[in-house]
Amino acid sequence: MKRLALIVVVLTGILLIYATVDFPPWGDPNSPASRHVSPRYIKKSVEETGVPNIVTAVLADYRGYDTMFETTVIFGAGVVCFFLLRVFKRRPRKERLYRHLLTGLVIRVREDMEEELDLEEFERIDTLWTPYDLILKTVCRIMIPFIQLFALYVIAHGHHSPGGGFQGGVILGASFILLAISHDLRSMLRRMKEKLHAILCAVGVMIYAGVGAVCVLLGFNFLDYKALSPLLHTTAVMARSYGIFIVEVGVGIAVMATMIWIYNNLSSEGRYDEGL
Amino acid sequence: MFEHIIPKYNYWIYITLMMIGLYAMISKNNLIKKIIGMNIFQTAIILFYVSMGAKRGATIPIIEHSQGHGIIDVTRYINPLPHVLMLTAIVVSVATLGVALALAVKVYKRYGTLEEDEILKKIKEE
Repeated sequence: MKRLALIVVVLTGILLIYATVDFPPWGDPNSPASRHVSPRYIKKSVEETGVPNIVTAVLADYRGYDTMFETTVIFGAGVVCFFLLRVFKRRPRKERLYRHLLTGLVIRVREDMEEELDLEEFERIDTLWTPYDLILKTVCRIMIPFIQLFALYVIAHGHHSPGGGFQGGVILGASFILLAISHDLRSMLRRMKEKLHAILCAVGVMIYAGVGAVCVLLGFNFLDYKALSPLLHTTAVMARSYGIFIVEVGVGIAVMATMIWIYNNLSSEGRYDEGL
Repeated sequence: MFEHIIPKYNYWIYITLMMIGLYAMISKNNLIKKIIGMNIFQTAIILFYVSMGAKRGATIPIIEHSQGHGIIDVTRYINPLPHVLMLTAIVVSVATLGVALALAVKVYKRYGTLEEDEILKKIKEE
């Protein structure tokens, strides 16, 4: 079976390499990909939208309809993970582990004890091999606000430097996942409850579609941002720039909430009591 | 014919990555290794598209301040379209990875194993 797979793969590879006879050479400015629509985007992006970053202008303005459905796809992935994995019954796990803070001793509590033990000197740990590492916890606690600040910077500067909604949203989600990994899942859930990040995911998609709907209600096409210029009291060019910014904020919120949601559902197998 | 193929060595790298991902998806037994093969395949496709937009001697597609108001020379900036399309592709690949891992967790809970031949045997026995 594996030898057959190897032969098939090598044959496909040779066929694909033979197909590269027709491909344009690497780095050719006159390749077919760079000749039809792309010069128009490069030339007209600043004077039509006021955004120097051509990639953000094309993503959120010229091809904004596509990006809206992409945000819907990532929201759908979060919802699918939730429906597949989430269990709400409070059947307790086989054993719970508690660590005594002063001596490092770990006790196991068997499943016949239903309620959560609330002892002062014990902390609940997730797995047997979790080390008690003060350096790790302290460094992560110091670094997480700076990571979030950097993520907000990446979202806000999508107009002038590489960045935008998706990149900043992923960094924001990663900062919460860092909190869940370095401490435990319950500390992250105390700061960002499940209902909140599930609703935020939908709110992000709604901001995007809502901006499009506002443009329709004002008499223009769907996602035609120059309709926002009487609302924001600016010229049509700057209204497109602000429309791109609002849409990127919506995308960032949706992506952050989905990253946290998928991580929660996967790492705790749907039960939301212990993480990795 | 060979002088047309050999200078385009960048396409060889992407085809090699694609074939590695395809081989992992077809022939590996473990479900997680198949998922990783799918991810390698997606990465190769993303690299291939991004390399189609490269131009020799050109810089990233962000118009500098000094150039903003004159005539913009198209050959000085790389093609932004493949980058935009690949942003969508990266997000979709992350979404697919999340759903695939959730399905793998459900399969493990149901059958107790992640090896494909053992799962097929258990399905036949039911």
